[in-house]
Amino acid sequence: MYTTELQKQAGVTTAEPAELLAAFEARVAADEFIEPKDWMPDAYRRTLVRQMSQHAHSEVVGMLPEGNWITRAPSLRRKAVLLAKVQDEGGHALYLYSATETLGTSREEMIDALHSGRAKYSTIFNYPTLTWADIGAIGWLVDGAAIMNQVPLQRTSYGPYARAMVRICKEESFHQRQGYEIMMALAVGTPEQKRMAQDALNRWWWPSLMMFGPPDDNSPNSAQSMRWRIKRDTNDQLRQKFVDVTVPQAEAIGLSVPDPDLKWHEDTGHYTFGAIDWEEFYAVVRGEGPVARERMQARRKAWDDGAWVRDAATAHAEKRSRRQAA
Amino acid sequence: MSQQWPLWEVFIRTKGGLSHRHVGSVHAADPDMAIRHARDTYTRRMEGVSLWVVPSAAITASDPAQAGPLFEPAADKVYRHPTFYTVPDHIKHI
Amino acid sequence: MSDQAYFDYLLRLGDDSLVLGQRLGEWCGHAPTLEIDLSLANVALDLIGQATYLLGHAGTVEGAGRDADRLAFHRDALDFRNCLLVEQPNGDFAQTMARQFLFSTYQRLLFQELAGSTDADLAAIAAKAVKEVAYHADLAAGWVVRLGDGTPESHRRMAGGMEWMARFVDELFVMDALETGLHARGLAVDRAGLRPAFDATVAATLAEATLPPLPAHRPVTGGRKGHHTEHLGHLLAPMQHLQRTYPNAVW
Repeated sequence: MYTTELQKQAGVTTAEPAELLAAFEARVAADEFIEPKDWMPDAYRRTLVRQMSQHAHSEVVGMLPEGNWITRAPSLRRKAVLLAKVQDEGGHALYLYSATETLGTSREEMIDALHSGRAKYSTIFNYPTLTWADIGAIGWLVDGAAIMNQVPLQRTSYGPYARAMVRICKEESFHQRQGYEIMMALAVGTPEQKRMAQDALNRWWWPSLMMFGPPDDNSPNSAQSMRWRIKRDTNDQLRQKFVDVTVPQAEAIGLSVPDPDLKWHEDTGHYTFGAIDWEEFYAVVRGEGPVARERMQARRKAWDDGAWVRDAATAHAEKRSRRQAA
Repeated sequence: MSQQWPLWEVFIRTKGGLSHRHVGSVHAADPDMAIRHARDTYTRRMEGVSLWVVPSAAITASDPAQAGPLFEPAADKVYRHPTFYTVPDHIKHI
Repeated sequence: MSDQAYFDYLLRLGDDSLVLGQRLGEWCGHAPTLEIDLSLANVALDLIGQATYLLGHAGTVEGAGRDADRLAFHRDALDFRNCLLVEQPNGDFAQTMARQFLFSTYQRLLFQELAGSTDADLAAIAAKAVKEVAYHADLAAGWVVRLGDGTPESHRRMAGGMEWMARFVDELFVMDALETGLHARGLAVDRAGLRPAFDATVAATLAEATLPPLPAHRPVTGGRKGHHTEHLGHLLAPMQHLQRTYPNAVW
């Protein structure tokens, strides 16, 4: 899971030595990797912390909509696959928090920012999972969109981030396939199953397109992020690519994409598609998504309920080292 | 009190005969927990046969600003490499 | 060849793993830290894997065309054969670890013995599972010690978790006529014989955790005959909901 949708202006500050800055820009331009102890501009560090922690938060919150169906998965195989997949999301959050910590921000600070509402996460997870088909749709569409965002980031300029993304992309490769497999089974199933599948596609299609973020002409800091290789393709390029590969996948299993304006153009080899409801998008970014409250409540509860466990382990470790020292 | 568990760097030997390699980090309150967390996080897909965990605070790293004095002096010591020496083609096993 | 008694025995083994795996799945996304979330999911995955093998094997032994899914999703609570311990609610993390420690400590001893079963299929399943379970038992024991000997609050919670689970321990070691018969054929383990090793491990761990011994309690039993606690029905309702609602659907 991933989001580039929330990138804001990093706020360029200029009190930095020009020669260091020039050397840094040259290294990034030469496709070299920046490592934790290397000098880097403040804005680069801040942009990375924000983007990487948002990405990590999205993985953590993303466990909830799918976790909602673990106890109800309709076969032992589906149950194991879903549990392994949601566990992967937790693992990916962990890789990303680890990578972000190398920039000098602790995981606790990041989690605090999430729980206090200062940090954002991917808006897609503020939509509910109403039927089993939603688990298929999330794997197929949401992970499909995420993979398109993530693959280029394996070559992003910050070394720990790039290495985390390599691991994540490798592990995510099964996520989209399992989602599509669920949809395939439903699409050839009973009328009730087909209805679930089509309904899930109807609800998840547009939010999936929104995952690529605002249109390029309204994405202010793209240029700097592209130069820094924190971002490697534009939002609209990735969105177009997603539509081009996904529409035929829907057609292949007899589902229809909920867009009356969708049209294939033989000459360009691309689809054109209807207008995205950006009002909806910005409302969800503001925290007005249908289950935003439930998501944050669940995360805060898990963290607060776990406080005594974390404290106990710390206390036990201290007792043990005191005993060893004695 | 709520004090964050320390950070541990995780190293994995992917198979016998290879060195341990850095893969990432975990938070844990004690060494046993750090090993278990490393196992449950980084070896879910048969990535390893052995694990090391090291408190991140125990690692001393070289200073990137000193990379010049530290590493560049090795650049012209070409005589440390076998290709520096000329041996006729018909001489074998050398 | 159908062997009703042996089928029933395999259900006892498979249902234990299935029900506990289902319970642990409830934690996913809600654990005290991300690392613990991953640990719990790993244990759950091992258990669901064991259930799949054991119930699959049960279906083969029964010979009535029921596979693991049919057995997992289309039996009523009265037909479930798991022990009462595994169906107990997660409670807080201490209660979950109390249940895990007691069950995995028992299951490790059980599978060690079953690896020598005269049924080669069951022996193979047990030989694979015993490594998984050894990890579960040690993981849980570690948490019992940390929480027991942590803060006053964690000590209180850990003692409370043990107290909740203690009344379901005896059931793990009850030999009934069915198992006595199977034991004579080399197919079942003498449960009663596992008790001393279990007691020794539990006593050592509780002592290290500065926790009191398990409180004495009149044993609560019935799971092996299908008479469960009230909790099982609530566990099965969501688990079986899709399969029961759409009985002819393929997922």
